[in-house]
Amino acid sequence: MQTEKINKNLVLKNAKIIDPFKSTEINGDIYIKEGKINSIGKATYPSSSKIIDCTDRIVTHGFCDIHVHFREPGEEYKEDLNSGSQAALAGGFTRVCTMPNTSPAIDSPELIRYIINRSNECPIYIHPIGAVTKSQKGKELTEMKAMLNEGAVAFSDDGVPIENSTVLRNALSYSSMFHGNIKIINHAEDLTLKNSSVMNEGITSTKLGLKGSPDITESNMVLRDLEIAKFTNSHIHVPHVSAGKSVKHINSVKKDYDKVTAEVTPHHLFFSDEDLQNYNTNLKVAPPIRTRDDRKILINALKDGIIDCIATDHAPHALEEKECGFNCASFGMIGLESCYGAVNKILFQENNLNTVSLIKLMTSNPRKIMGFENDLLSKGMDAELVILDPKEKWKFTEKNIYSKSKNSPFIGEDLLGKVKYTIVKGLINKI
Amino acid sequence: MQLKNKHLIGLEGYPKQDIDEIIETAFSFKEVLDRPIKKVPSLQGKTIVNLFFENSTRTRISFELAEKRLSADSINFSASSSSLNKGETFKDTVKNIESMKIDAAVIRHPFPGSALMLTNYIDSVVINAGDGTHEHPTQALLDIVSLKEKFGYIKNLKIGIIGDIAHSRVALSNIYGLKTLGAKVVLCGPSTLMPVRIEELGLTVNNNIDEVIEWADAINVLRIQRERMNNALIPSVREYRRLFGITQSRIEKHNSELVIMHPGPMNRWVEIDSNVADSDQAIILDQVLNGVATRMAILYLLLSGKTKKDS
Repeated sequence: MQTEKINKNLVLKNAKIIDPFKSTEINGDIYIKEGKINSIGKATYPSSSKIIDCTDRIVTHGFCDIHVHFREPGEEYKEDLNSGSQAALAGGFTRVCTMPNTSPAIDSPELIRYIINRSNECPIYIHPIGAVTKSQKGKELTEMKAMLNEGAVAFSDDGVPIENSTVLRNALSYSSMFHGNIKIINHAEDLTLKNSSVMNEGITSTKLGLKGSPDITESNMVLRDLEIAKFTNSHIHVPHVSAGKSVKHINSVKKDYDKVTAEVTPHHLFFSDEDLQNYNTNLKVAPPIRTRDDRKILINALKDGIIDCIATDHAPHALEEKECGFNCASFGMIGLESCYGAVNKILFQENNLNTVSLIKLMTSNPRKIMGFENDLLSKGMDAELVILDPKEKWKFTEKNIYSKSKNSPFIGEDLLGKVKYTIVKGLINKI
Repeated sequence: MQLKNKHLIGLEGYPKQDIDEIIETAFSFKEVLDRPIKKVPSLQGKTIVNLFFENSTRTRISFELAEKRLSADSINFSASSSSLNKGETFKDTVKNIESMKIDAAVIRHPFPGSALMLTNYIDSVVINAGDGTHEHPTQALLDIVSLKEKFGYIKNLKIGIIGDIAHSRVALSNIYGLKTLGAKVVLCGPSTLMPVRIEELGLTVNNNIDEVIEWADAINVLRIQRERMNNALIPSVREYRRLFGITQSRIEKHNSELVIMHPGPMNRWVEIDSNVADSDQAIILDQVLNGVATRMAILYLLLSGKTKKDS
C-alpha cells in the first residue's frame, strides 16, 4: 500500500460515480479541492491538478463495516487499531465499528474515550461499540448515556449472547431513552442448544465426527430478541445472520415493525458447511457456516432488503490459535481485505445484483444503521471515497492481508472486483 | 503391492482393493502369530512413534506388539490430559519428535481431524489410531478381518451396529469399510445418540433391537458411557438395557446364531450381558488377536520396501 497526502487539487477522472445515498450512477469527474468535494460530474479544475484516471472504475463512498474486532486493548498480538486500520484501507473501508470484547471489555465511558483518542491517530474513522453489560457478563447494565457522550455508537456484548431475557428487555428499554436510534446488537446463539458445538449440525458434522448445532440455535434466539425489541419499542440489530430460519423471523417481524436491522458476513454468503470437510479451522466461526440452502436464503434476503447490510465480523487470531485442532481452535476469521472481491463475486457475478444495490450494502445501509452522515458525495464534504475495479479477477493470497493475523479461508480463492484506492482523512491510499 | 494412500487416516473413500490387500496380509501375519517365534524382520531399521494424546490400553498395546513383531523400533509418547489443554503445543511436539528421524507416527487424539492435521505437520507415514469421535480405521479393519475369518465373505453380510453411535469413532469407520465391501449395515441405538442424517451414508436406522438381532448375521456392540446420563441423553442403565441391551434372552429368542462383536472396553451388564460376552458366539477375543495381525499388515504395507525419500 502506498500512502500519500491528498493533493491540493485532485481529480478522479472519467469515473463511474455511484451515489448510494441518491441511488444514482453517472459518468464524470470528481474534483476534490483541499481534501473536500468541490464538484461532481462536469468539473472544472486547475490544469496543475493531480489526476487519477478512473476509466472503467467505480468511485463511491468509502465502505463502512459495522462489525470488526481490532483487539485493542489487551490482545494486540492479534491486531491493534493501527494494523486493523491498514486492513480496513486495503478492503476499501474508511469507517468501522469495533466490538467491545477486548481485554478489558469496553464497558465504561473511560474505555470508550480511550478508543476515541486512539482512533484519532488512525488513518480511518473508528467508532467503538460499547458493552451492554459490565464485563459482558450479562448481569449489570453499563453506563450507556455516558458512553454515548464519549462516542459509543451502539451496544453489544459481542460474542456473548445475552441469555437472560429480562436483562435484554431492560437493555433495550433503557437504550431507547436516548436520541439517535441507538441499537442493541445481540449475538444470537442459544448456548444451551449450541452445547459446545463447533460447526453446523448436518451430514458434514456427522462425517467429520464434530459436534454440530442446528439452525434453530440461532433462529430461536433471533425470534426472542425481535419480540422483546418489539415489546419494548426499541431498536435491535441482528448481527451475522447465518440461518435461513432467522431470515424468516426477521422478515415477518419487519413487516409491521421498522426498528429491526440485520447484517450478514461475506463468509456466510461465500461458503457452506461442506467446505469444512478438511477440518479447515479458518472456517470455524460463530455462528457457524451453514448449508447451501441457508446460503441461498441469505443471498436472496440481501436482494429483497430483509437483511440490510454486509459486515465482515473481522476477527483476527494468531496462527497458534487456529493450528491446534478443530475443537480447540478459536472461533472467527478476518474479512476486511477480501470483502469486496468476495461479495461482488457472489452477489454481482453469480446472483445478478445490480452494482448500485450492492454498493449500498457496504456504504449507505450500514452508515444509516449507525447514524452516520450519508450524503458523502456532496459539495463541501471531506473526501471519504473508494475507487474500485469491479471487473478485476484476482486470487486472494496472504500478500493481500494487512491484518496482523492471517486466519482467512479466502486465501487461494478467486475473487472478482478489487479496491484500487481508498481516500480518507486527507490521505490517498493506493492498494 | 503398495497401498494407494501414503497414510491411513480413515476409511471414508478408502479404496476397496487396499482394504482387500490389508485383509489378505492380515491373514498371513496371523499365521506368524501362531508360530513359536512370533517375530519377522520385515520392518527392521524402521522407527515408529506411538503418539497417544489420550488414554488407551488395548489399541496402544496392540500397536506396540505389532511393531515389535515386525522388528521395528518403537517409542511411546503419551500426553497427560492436562498438557493437552495447551493445544498449541501439538505442532511443536510432533515436529520435535519427527526431527529425530522417524518413519511413521501412530496417533490417538481426542479431537476429530487430528490425524489429518498431523499429515500437514510431518512427512512421515501417519496412522490414525482414533481421532475423537471421527474415525478409528484400524479397529474397523480388524473387525472386518474378524468377520471375514468367521463368515468367509463380507459382501451382503448383514451387520448391526448397536449403541452410542454419536460418540463412537468405531461406528463411522465400520460403516465406511463395510459399505465399501458391500455389506448391509443397520444402526440401532437411542435417537439421542444417533448422528444427524447418518442414513445418507447408505444405511438404515432401526430403533427396535429385537428386529435388528433377528435380521443381522453379526452385531457390533458399542460401549455405553455412564456420563451420557448427565447430559440428558439416556435416562438410566436400566432403561437402556430394556431398550437396547444385548441380553441372553433376546439372543435366545430372536437369533441364537448371531455373531457378537465388541470393540471394548466392555461394560458388562450395561450394553451386553456378561454371559453373552463370554459365549461361543462372541468373537470379542478373536478381534483382539486379529487386531495385532491387522496392524502388522497395515504397518507392513505402509512402511516396507519404501525409503523415506519415495514414501
